[in-house]
Amino acid sequence: MKPALLQVRDLCTHFETRTGTIKAVDGVSFTLERGEILGLVGESGSGKSVTGFSLIGLLDPPGRISGGSITFQGQELVGLPQADMRKLRGKRIAMIFQDPAATLNPVLTIGQQMMMAVQAHGGMGQGAALALAERSLTRVGIPDAATRLKAYPHEFSGGMRQRVAIAIALLHGPELIIADEPTTALDVSIQAQILAEMKTLSQESGTALIWISHDLAIVSSLADRVIVLYLGRVMEFGLVADVLRAPLHPYTRGLLDSLPAMADPGQKLRQIPGSTPSPLHVPPGCPFAPRCGHADDRCRSDPPPVGDHLHGAFCHYPLAGST
Amino acid sequence: MNDILTAENVSRRFSPHVTLGDRIAGLFGAKLDRRPVMAVTDVTLSVQRGATLGLVGESGCGKSTLGRMLAGILEPSEGMTRLNGAAPMQAGRKTTTRIQTVFQDPFASLNPRRRVGDTITEGPITHGLITRSAADSFAAVWLTKVGLDPAYVSRFPHQFSGGQRQRIAIARALAMQPEVLICDEPVASLDVSIQAQILNLFLDLRREFGLTTIFISHDLSVVRHVSDRVAVMYLGRIVEIADANSLYSMPQHPYTQALLDSIPKLSIDGNIGVTFQPIRGELPSPLSPPSGCAFHPRCARATELCRGERPRLKANGMNGLVACHFG
Repeated sequence: MKPALLQVRDLCTHFETRTGTIKAVDGVSFTLERGEILGLVGESGSGKSVTGFSLIGLLDPPGRISGGSITFQGQELVGLPQADMRKLRGKRIAMIFQDPAATLNPVLTIGQQMMMAVQAHGGMGQGAALALAERSLTRVGIPDAATRLKAYPHEFSGGMRQRVAIAIALLHGPELIIADEPTTALDVSIQAQILAEMKTLSQESGTALIWISHDLAIVSSLADRVIVLYLGRVMEFGLVADVLRAPLHPYTRGLLDSLPAMADPGQKLRQIPGSTPSPLHVPPGCPFAPRCGHADDRCRSDPPPVGDHLHGAFCHYPLAGST
Repeated sequence: MNDILTAENVSRRFSPHVTLGDRIAGLFGAKLDRRPVMAVTDVTLSVQRGATLGLVGESGCGKSTLGRMLAGILEPSEGMTRLNGAAPMQAGRKTTTRIQTVFQDPFASLNPRRRVGDTITEGPITHGLITRSAADSFAAVWLTKVGLDPAYVSRFPHQFSGGQRQRIAIARALAMQPEVLICDEPVASLDVSIQAQILNLFLDLRREFGLTTIFISHDLSVVRHVSDRVAVMYLGRIVEIADANSLYSMPQHPYTQALLDSIPKLSIDGNIGVTFQPIRGELPSPLSPPSGCAFHPRCARATELCRGERPRLKANGMNGLVACHFG
């Protein structure tokens, strides 16, 4: 049997700060198969973006991977020299960021930036590189690609800029794309276009996708599997349908109940009490225990075990699982 | 009449500010774009006492500009808004304290150098609602009302989380005892679990004080949850306004329909992995809005009539108004 495309085991990414160690990612494990779409869901501070940055080796100091392993097609990425990581990044693993206005260089044309991305991985002449850039732009639905290559980022709308960022990510036909909230800054009508296109692209090219989002609804309509994160730990994982229809973890249940779409108009929403604690003072035991209605002493002291392997929750008292 | 807040044919134009540098550049042949932007065009609406009107639309549709005009903090270029029949603004100054606003970003809307107690009591003291000596206990009462510990009165905004800051912003607005509360994307910057807490607080306080509210948001599910009536805006105009239930269950305007189809839905009961029905194309620039119906370049049903003639808002037979030739 071929190994999984990506295997993450017990990943820990910590930030040493003057006030203490922030365990932004603390023991996250998952596998990803070719062509699969995985949703990483969580609120701010859950470690979803840091997980993405850890995978592609773009952590800024003082952040560093302090434990665990990331195996990409059998190759260990933790501890890989920067030079080797650079050969992978942008070629076999690509990333799309939240704010397309910040990811594109405002003083270079789209064509120049795409050429740089092509030639960074060598072996292609000017003409062939331009043709590749043009094909890539056409693929993401940018009309009149040849002319648009000569345009600067400010000449594009927000949605079009994000398409350019996606086109750059697709240039080398990567096996894995990590998308960090790529539609958060966009209007709903443009978001729907991008989501529909990403889904088609992933299906057509067999590219695996890690979709990082705070929005359960987006993940539910796009992803095959989902991981729910809270304070750097996995709370629940499983097929999207299983997790949404029958959440096992009280946190997942609480997140779903918080959505206005889940309540009758004008009625009170079932809210999660309290707020996310500081990452400097993660509660011992289950990190969600202080906000959880089912928690007892065991939850406050012992880290919870994991349940079933296809769909599981890190919880001492998983819910019966019905909606 | 039970209408507390009205807007009559209000429009707002923004003209570009031409600086000296621009003029000098102009002398040397640089292109100067002096076209004004119509942020809001010819909007007429009324809100009944105690009701909540939701304003939805994508970025640049004019929902915040309309909200600011209704709040009396931005003067309409044409037309006027009224609170209880009187203009809320005269000669560029807001003249009423009966309308208060809660803004989107609680990090920007609270003065970082003032204690939150002072932030809450500044307005009531200035307008003589309370005396300075009663300020501390007044602030403590309001912190309690919005679910915060009254001992926090002498803390600074940076000591609070985003959700807590939004509670303080709500306390500041309500401490002025307004009749009308304008909320401009009050939960857009909050996490889902915190958003639910703020929406619940909002529902409670609205009931307790009998507030009339304008709730502006790009999030259609949030707007549905809190609103009695909903107005959908596109490129500065209202394209549809109706009771929340009928608007969401039977949208009449093709744009409203498309917008509702575009929201990713949490499909708990089957249909997981549904395909989207995206609206084609992009939002046109408000600098050069399309002729006729502004939505026609993106509308599947558009005809020659739509390209040539702008549809007027007319009754749709279901207690709503829709601006579509085929609505």
